Amino acid sequence: MQIDKNLVAASATPLVLAILTEGESYGYAILKRVRELSGGELEWTDGMLYPLLHRLRRLGYVTTEWRTPPEGRRRRYYAITDDGRVALAEQRRQWMTVTRALGDVWRGPGGLMPALGEA
Amino acid sequence: MDPVEAQIAEWRAYVAKAPAVGDRDVDELEAHLRDQIAELDAMDLTADEAFLVAVKRMGDLDSLSREFAREHSGRLWKQLVLRDGDDAEPVRRSGGWLEVLVPAVGAAVAVQVARLAAGFPDQEPGWLLRNAGLLVLPFLAGYLARRRRLDTRGWLVTAAPFVLAALVVNLYPFRPGGATEVLVGLHLPVVLWLAVAHPYMGGTLRSHERRMDFVRFTGEWIIYYVLIALGGSVLLLLTGAILDPIGVDVELVAEWVVPSGAAGAVIVSAWLVESKQHVVENMAPVLTLLFTPLFAVMLSVAAVAYLVSGAAFDRELLGVFDALLVVVLGLVLYATSARDPSRPAGLMDGVRLLTVASALVLDVLVLGSMVARIGDLGFTPNRAAALGLNLVLLVNLGWTAWLSLRFLTGRVPFHRVERWQTAYLPVFAGWAAAVVVVLPPVFGFE
Repeated sequence: MQIDKNLVAASATPLVLAILTEGESYGYAILKRVRELSGGELEWTDGMLYPLLHRLRRLGYVTTEWRTPPEGRRRRYYAITDDGRVALAEQRRQWMTVTRALGDVWRGPGGLMPALGEA
Repeated sequence: MDPVEAQIAEWRAYVAKAPAVGDRDVDELEAHLRDQIAELDAMDLTADEAFLVAVKRMGDLDSLSREFAREHSGRLWKQLVLRDGDDAEPVRRSGGWLEVLVPAVGAAVAVQVARLAAGFPDQEPGWLLRNAGLLVLPFLAGYLARRRRLDTRGWLVTAAPFVLAALVVNLYPFRPGGATEVLVGLHLPVVLWLAVAHPYMGGTLRSHERRMDFVRFTGEWIIYYVLIALGGSVLLLLTGAILDPIGVDVELVAEWVVPSGAAGAVIVSAWLVESKQHVVENMAPVLTLLFTPLFAVMLSVAAVAYLVSGAAFDRELLGVFDALLVVVLGLVLYATSARDPSRPAGLMDGVRLLTVASALVLDVLVLGSMVARIGDLGFTPNRAAALGLNLVLLVNLGWTAWLSLRFLTGRVPFHRVERWQTAYLPVFAGWAAAVVVVLPPVFGFE
């Protein structure tokens, strides 16, 4: 399944912020987590993550630091800030509304919308 | 070298060429690439294959560098190709000399016509002073509006403030040589300059990033204007030295050339900023680096001296301080616009905070003696205008100082400081407009 690119773009910010609430991380690991969470359906080109991370940093949603873990490569780690959590909560409310509305309409007035499933 | 290492190095060099991608960003992307290669290696791909797959996954470099450019528009704001929403829609390419010559000559001619009509310099009618900005800045606005390819609505919105200003300054019954007339002469150019922001930003007044671009534009415009003025004076001096011996009246030449030159240079400077940006761009950080510490020292010494000595401010000194505070504000704004927002807090941010804090102290002192003067002597147009200006500055400096402090202690990102300044710009415009429109009738055009 190819997910529409507008949908990918719209979900990118909440997804990244939500992943960072699990703990600080770096670009490559964030992308792996995105693939894992979406069962490989959400495919971002790797490079596109970085401009997004920089935007989140400019907005003050994440902080960043270069670090070299004991047995690893020097990487730029990102951590979510309080502002980021606030923004995520807001995004979450919006997404909940959208998914609830879609959920209701998928089910349709008489229960299920059977025709759609096989379409 | 290992062939894959060589390939990575080549890839790196290629990525680094994109103007909006900084060194550290390339480091980050390279770390990512290496992670990817390592994982693919573990899946039994050959090193070569792993490299190719990793590069492919990174996405095509053109769109990557475009994304970076979109995010870091400050790094290449000069290109101004980055509009929200749609893809690169370049502004009109520089149309060469003609593009600037027509409005520049237009402004120069307008000034001469007005000058002749007014009989300047034998007489100095107030309407010439009041209309000075209106003779020049519409040409600048028109130049920018054309460059940004504004639609009809955009042109109308651009024209509106100029038309309104022309009506106000020419229909109000000013008393010749009165205080309100002088105040209008001082404040109208500020209002009109901010009106130029609309065509400059291509109609995107709400965008804070574009507002910051306009601040940069203003700073660089001043630099070019000063350079042109310096060159012009040298030229004029030499011309005088050459023409004087053969009996040509130099004064007369200067009288004709200087007003037109000053008017034309307004547009020429803007054109230079638009087309030669990378030249000044390298100068801006140097200038702020040079002058911010000097102003910090000067202002902090002054603040301490005036605090300790409790010296009284007379009318003249108050005027000087107002001018000083405006200059400081300009410097702070420009330094803010020249700063790379992604850099962490550093020494210069501390120096800037010192500048702002000292200016704040001085502003409070000035306000104190101004309020005392008004209490003793009552309101006059000048005092009302100065009081308002100082209050507007006080709010800006106070909040800037607070935000800068929080930025220095790592509580807020620099973005907040920037955002505050761009959000405050309409307040300046509003205050200057109020002085032009509201103050004269309130004081009976005295």
